[in-house]
Amino acid sequence: MGREQWRAALRNPVGAVAAGLLVLLAILAIVAPILWGDAAEETDPAALSQGSTSEHPLGTDALGRDILLRVLVATRYSLGLALLATAICVTAGVVLGVLPAVLGRRAGRLVTAAVNLAVAFPGLLLALFFAVIFGVGARGAVLAIALAGAPSFARLVQTNVAAVAGRDYVAAARVAGVGRFRLIARHLLPNIGEPLVVNATVMAGTALLSFAGLSFLGLGVQPPAYDWGRLLGEGLDRIYINPAAALAPGVAVVVAGLAFTLLGESIAQVVGVRAVRRRRAPETEPAMTAAAAEPDGDAVLAADDLRVAFPARDGGWTHPVDGVSLTVRRGETVGIVGESGSGKSLTALAVAQLAPDAAHVTAGRLEVAGVAPLGRTGAEVRDLLGTRVAMVFQDPMTSFNPSMRVGRQLAEVTRVHERQGKRAALARAVDRLRTVRVPAPERRAHQYPHEFSGGMRQRAMIAMGLMSTPELIIADEPTTALDVTVQRQVLRLLKDVQAETGAAVVLISHDIAVVAQLCERVVVMYAGRVVEELPVGRLGAAAHPYTRALLASVPDLATDRDRPLATIAGRPPDPADRPEGCAFAPRCDFADDACRVRPGLSAVAPDQRAACWHPRSRPLDLTLDAVTGGQA
Amino acid sequence: MTAPVAAPPAPTRTRVSAWAGNPWAGFLFRRLGRLLVSLAVLVTLAFGMIHLIPGDPVRAALGVTAPPDLVDARREALGLNDPLGTQFVNYVRALFSGDLGVSMTSGVPVSDTIGQRLPATASLAIVAFVVVMLAAIPLGLAMAVLTRGGRRRGAELGFTSTSAVVAAIPEFLLAVGLVFVFGVSLGWLPVAGRGGGSSYVLPVLALSLGPALLMARIVRVEALAVMDEDFVRTARAKRLPPLRVYVRHVFPNALTSTLTIGGLLLSGMIVGTVLVENVFAWPGMGMTIVSSILAKDYPVVQGIVLVYGAAVLLVNLVVDVLLAVADPRSTIREG
Repeated sequence: MGREQWRAALRNPVGAVAAGLLVLLAILAIVAPILWGDAAEETDPAALSQGSTSEHPLGTDALGRDILLRVLVATRYSLGLALLATAICVTAGVVLGVLPAVLGRRAGRLVTAAVNLAVAFPGLLLALFFAVIFGVGARGAVLAIALAGAPSFARLVQTNVAAVAGRDYVAAARVAGVGRFRLIARHLLPNIGEPLVVNATVMAGTALLSFAGLSFLGLGVQPPAYDWGRLLGEGLDRIYINPAAALAPGVAVVVAGLAFTLLGESIAQVVGVRAVRRRRAPETEPAMTAAAAEPDGDAVLAADDLRVAFPARDGGWTHPVDGVSLTVRRGETVGIVGESGSGKSLTALAVAQLAPDAAHVTAGRLEVAGVAPLGRTGAEVRDLLGTRVAMVFQDPMTSFNPSMRVGRQLAEVTRVHERQGKRAALARAVDRLRTVRVPAPERRAHQYPHEFSGGMRQRAMIAMGLMSTPELIIADEPTTALDVTVQRQVLRLLKDVQAETGAAVVLISHDIAVVAQLCERVVVMYAGRVVEELPVGRLGAAAHPYTRALLASVPDLATDRDRPLATIAGRPPDPADRPEGCAFAPRCDFADDACRVRPGLSAVAPDQRAACWHPRSRPLDLTLDAVTGGQA
Repeated sequence: MTAPVAAPPAPTRTRVSAWAGNPWAGFLFRRLGRLLVSLAVLVTLAFGMIHLIPGDPVRAALGVTAPPDLVDARREALGLNDPLGTQFVNYVRALFSGDLGVSMTSGVPVSDTIGQRLPATASLAIVAFVVVMLAAIPLGLAMAVLTRGGRRRGAELGFTSTSAVVAAIPEFLLAVGLVFVFGVSLGWLPVAGRGGGSSYVLPVLALSLGPALLMARIVRVEALAVMDEDFVRTARAKRLPPLRVYVRHVFPNALTSTLTIGGLLLSGMIVGTVLVENVFAWPGMGMTIVSSILAKDYPVVQGIVLVYGAAVLLVNLVVDVLLAVADPRSTIREG
């Protein structure tokens, strides 16, 4: 427990209040019995069992003693007994927790087993058990509470010791011949002190509350001594006459108990303090892309100046997708390529209205399957896009609900959007699983995702997209998690599906070879922007240096294996501090002063546009076919 | 992968290997074994309790003024003069025939007392547990939905801090507060005894409020973690209505920890009835065990401790089995 953390815990308002209360209680515990100890014992036969009067603000008890003074004076006894119980509990817990490390393997296991067994029982049951053995009274109750709390404290110590015991410095100390007890005192305990202090603080609160409980039941402090629990029990009998007699000690117990508990928790939570800031919606800059795609009646997807913003740490916004324009015609296959972090997946999610909750999506124009989703309610979007857009996600292992049978996950689409019955929907799910060539589809439909192989899961994911008749299938890295042969099968399946249904496919991949295999057109993204779009046939004439670098980094059979693989030097910029002008300039061999101004997409050839001040024109020597085995 | 994956041919197994190969059988075998060991330890401790008490328990129970021959006769009747081993064998044998001994103060068989008091305690604990589940799961899910993705920081802070504070107040103090507000001040509800449905309201509330809020916190945190999973994104991509996403896809996957915590809370609540019963003069085992401890009526205390302990062990067993059903992959193999 560093001094820093204590200070941080005190800066936290909850921690500060809790610490302040504890200081107040400590002062009261010292001062109250000295000042009012005798007055609290004074009986007043003229004022038995009174309610609130000017002389006795909280009334009197059955012998005419002042309730307020008794509650104040009881602070010392209540706190003292709780702290004593905590001290014994912590000591016993540490001993029990360290024993397995000191004793031999067998005896150690026995102790661990005993602790585990005891932890299964609620503390109060253990406390009652020990209260019987140690007898009714303050001493018995202290021991009972201490021993009842010891097993869970011991468990905590064991867990922490086990975590530390494996570390290098402990091993080093062992090798150096440090004795067991010295090892524990010098090397183990100091390193687990932090969680122990926190839990001991919380434990003190628990002990205080438990002690009040036992005293309230009459098993703790015995008259004429009194603590808060005892006062509470006496007050409860006369709650109709004088509620304050029961409430005042109750409030005292709650306040003191909470003070310990909250102080402990605020120390524990000190690391996770978060700043809360209000934000305004991000401002949208005017579109940079001069030649925005023409509105196309045949487009199944038309996005213009699409931006996705996320709240940044400093209170502003970052734009991982920054002004993307994208058109996909009916039945077309378009690939979006880029390194991870280029914003390609986020673009797809934003287009499909599936961006994370924190994202703020804007666009000059966005039309998906004839629907303009921006500004519509969630229900409208679900209704309009439900059957028209299908998503195929990257990792089929995590993209299926592990607790639901595959068939039901597929059938769900039909049940919700077409209001079909259970049986009809499941029949269609089996049919679609057959379409994607999942063997024994009837049996497979009744299995859970973990019973599928990776390739089969990915095909089931595609089948899920085919449950209705989508106009647009967005496949986000559908082959990344698969091995090469399975990859090719999935790609072929996507192609077949596309040919059969006539749906447009957007394939997102970091692998330009995969995209070249399946797509007609390629869109290259870098740092949240489109840097080039071109037909697959013109990849050999790619104009943007980044596209050319991506192509050069694809290894093929002809690659000289003695030379290092071609890579792109440097790393893509963080969206939070993207350079002014062309974002690729810092990694580009051809960059000069012109690149400090951001280039727009402009035509370099028919159907080919690049965002570059220095487009290349020398044809590339491409052997992509050698990698991909030709068109699948 | 286009080649159909042939199912492995079913091996012809002998009876024994089929039994041993079945993960369920293995799991249940191990789990029941653990229950038996725990029960044995519990019985031994309950038996040993009376012998661990310093001094002569019978003398303590009858008081210092009791004549020595009465004490001796009572010791003889309780079998305390026999060797310890014989006593233990007799105790276990009697236990199997349902004989828990006879009360030292009233002379009534302990099993009769328990049979008479158990229904009141069990009904209180079960009703409170049902209330916890019915209140906490929807509340936790709703708070998760409202505060997902860092939304409504104010509501989040309010919920977490309120639930932390209320859950930290022990049930008997809540009970006293409830008695004051609804019994003394408003006079709406009865504050003592067990009668019709209205008599259940305050004890159940006192017993379930803290656990319900604690549970709701856990459900919220677990549901938030599940909401970040990929398959929830898939469910949203299927354009399912949000309610369906939360109920069908999020909640079932947050069930494991909900069950674990639920089991811990239930065993805590079973024993928590002791305090609540004493506030509301509820005629259950909790009232009996406290008065018996005070009267040093050890056979009754022994019997009730056994019942509470067995109930806790049973709850733990049920929770473990439910966990295995909910998530067969992990639980069964770990055992």
